Amino acid sequence: MSGIVSYGSYIPVYRIKPEEIARIWGDEPEKMRDNLFIFSKSVPSPDEDVATISVEAARNALSRCDINPQDIGAIYVGSESHPYAVKPTGTIVAASIGMPLQYFAADYEFACKAGTAGMQNVKAMVDSNYIKYGIAIGADTSQGAPGDALEYTASAGGTAVIIGKEKVIVEINHTLSVSTDTPDFWRREGEPYPKHGERFTGEPGYFKHIIAAGKAMMEKMDTKPSDYDYAVFHQPNGKFPMRAAKMLGFTEEQYKTGLLTPYIGNTYSGSTMTGLSAILDEAKPGDKILAVSFGSGAGSDAFDMTVTDEMKKYKRDRAPTIKKMIEKIMYIDYGTYSKFRKIIITGDSVE
Amino acid sequence: MTELSRIWRETEYRYNLIGYKCKNCNRTYFPPRDICPYCHRESIGKMEKFKLSGNGEITSYSIVHESSSAFKRQVPYVMALIKLNEGPVITAQIVDCDPDNVEIGKKVHMAFRKIREDGTNGIIEYGYKFKLA
Ligand SMILES: [Zn+2]
Repeated sequence: MSGIVSYGSYIPVYRIKPEEIARIWGDEPEKMRDNLFIFSKSVPSPDEDVATISVEAARNALSRCDINPQDIGAIYVGSESHPYAVKPTGTIVAASIGMPLQYFAADYEFACKAGTAGMQNVKAMVDSNYIKYGIAIGADTSQGAPGDALEYTASAGGTAVIIGKEKVIVEINHTLSVSTDTPDFWRREGEPYPKHGERFTGEPGYFKHIIAAGKAMMEKMDTKPSDYDYAVFHQPNGKFPMRAAKMLGFTEEQYKTGLLTPYIGNTYSGSTMTGLSAILDEAKPGDKILAVSFGSGAGSDAFDMTVTDEMKKYKRDRAPTIKKMIEKIMYIDYGTYSKFRKIIITGDSVE
Repeated sequence: MTELSRIWRETEYRYNLIGYKCKNCNRTYFPPRDICPYCHRESIGKMEKFKLSGNGEITSYSIVHESSSAFKRQVPYVMALIKLNEGPVITAQIVDCDPDNVEIGKKVHMAFRKIREDGTNGIIEYGYKFKLA
């Protein structure tokens, strides 16, 4: 059966704390930190974007396995902050990891679930023998408008997974999706910042789709929450995934490993996949994992997975773990943050 | 040669640190060159593409405080001479560090970053930079 053959992530080293953002906007720091359950969020350096994050994640995935990049026949990069409106991120990544001339490629967009949609697509192509291996990446460098609540969480990071049929470390037993037309969050073409339809973000958006997809998966696989060793959900803040987990019947023991937003913020298309990456950093053969992403607009992709014996031989230590990326960091203040994120108006002396 | 042609032509070696190896004397060169300066005519037809590991060490560096408008957001930043494990010495930026922590002899590893962008509507040039290992 097909599944994940290798994985790798990348999170920028810079962090800003909610207290520092609250200091500028006059919000109550404890309230923001506790309501969102966030201690810091990652910030990309001025020379980082979705292409550089995707390349680093893909290179980390490749260094953990011995796959010849010439055998990778497809690349799908999911993001809502691709560097170009027109010109694919995927070809930049493919060129930087040495993929052949003949490969399937497209950039995907479905708010925060574009990366997992790429995983589904690549798996389907592997299963139908169109390709030997394919790579799916979820990465973002999203911005919340200065002063908006989203500014506390919108962060940067990404994860790449290589899917194939040989030396599979995590079998993808099944995947399914649910989608509806919901006005919970959007960004119009050419606009720098997204807008959210306040009353739609919680119940009709996030919870409805995560719960529906999670339940549908357990029904399809005839499983119950206690059958899983790990569960990971999309993490727009620290609170939502904990509540979704409880609504579905999962315990803290099952979701804590994959819950990264408190430390890195919401990496949007990178969120669920990076949570999965943290789980794979410690998972053992036989472990069962449920992953459910969410993208505004809105929809959820669910994955039922089992870690295989191949994990014992897998070279996890050839690339940095999520734990390491959470520990090795540099804090910045709001001034540096606004310089990095281009949210201050500059004159001719700064591009 | 236009700027765009240069960027396109240099993509392979800037993205992947691909240099040339002289099959006559085994010396490695980066950036790529057509003829080995030691073997001259002997190296003709014997220069082969060679992917460098991206590992090396700092042999010299300086902290840049004055820069063009394109790099102003990154000031102060570190530019270093890096001796790659395979031999070639290259100049590159050291990213994600406190400039005070940079020292001669420290090990570095290649990172993939934006090198420069042509305003807000032009092409984005990507390539290698380095970070402390
Ligand atoms: Zn020579």
